[in-house]
Amino acid sequence: MNVSSSDGRSFSIRTVTADDMSAVADLDQRISGIAKHDYWQDVFERYGGRRKGRFFLMAEDGNKKLLGYIMGEVRAWEFDSPPCGWVFGINVDSDGRLGGIGTALFQAICDGFRKVGVHTVRTTVSRKNELVMSFFRSQGMMASHYIQLETELDP
Amino acid sequence: MRLQKATRCALYAILELASDPKRQLSANEIAEKYDISTNHLAKVLRSLGREGLVEAVRGAGGGYRFSGNAKRTTLLDVIRLFETVETVSAGEREPGDETAEGLALTQVTMEIEAIERATFNSITLDTMLKLVGRYRK
Repeated sequence: MNVSSSDGRSFSIRTVTADDMSAVADLDQRISGIAKHDYWQDVFERYGGRRKGRFFLMAEDGNKKLLGYIMGEVRAWEFDSPPCGWVFGINVDSDGRLGGIGTALFQAICDGFRKVGVHTVRTTVSRKNELVMSFFRSQGMMASHYIQLETELDP
Repeated sequence: MRLQKATRCALYAILELASDPKRQLSANEIAEKYDISTNHLAKVLRSLGREGLVEAVRGAGGGYRFSGNAKRTTLLDVIRLFETVETVSAGEREPGDETAEGLALTQVTMEIEAIERATFNSITLDTMLKLVGRYRK
């Protein structure tokens, strides 16, 4: 799928392949500061390629440079929730932000969810990560009726 | 949480003006739409003007227009101009605060405040205008 950014640059969105994984892991490391090569190998094994209800998409420019990626899947009946789309990862290279790349990736994964009959999309975001929260808000996402809870385990 | 009157006036005015940054509106026109006092709104608009969020246009047909960045200004940025957004931990010590019960109560209150603050600070004026658009449909 070919898209134009708000500043006129064109880029395309496609499914991530094994050859892209090194660039995806590098982009994540640049942004998070943490190398997670085992994690990315596991993500690719579970979500790479075209699998029904699972999406691992990337945006690239005309020179095949990775600009960003998004991952998600359809989950059903966890905590009595009817099938819904879950976005569990998104990253856009710092140089490409505010150009509509994140929005295009988000719209592409939502199109994927719609095609498999899902009409709700959900995500989890740290309330300390206001940049990412603000992005999801700009896509129309509001707090759901689910609240995430956690506790520290005694040693 | 109930926002104070001045804060609500400011948010209505700034959303009205940001919905069309080229358009200029008088304080009267905005006040009429939201059924608020023109005098009160004029004070609020002056405060928004000092922050560079709106600018006064002088002369015949003058008024105010939006001069901020709607994608970079959050609800919290506006709220902070008119009311204190103070957390429990930053406030004065109250009797009982240092007891186990007081500490537990503070933890619960801080959880609520943190969610409230993150919500206000993650919603930009641009996002609010999209939300307003949903209600107009």
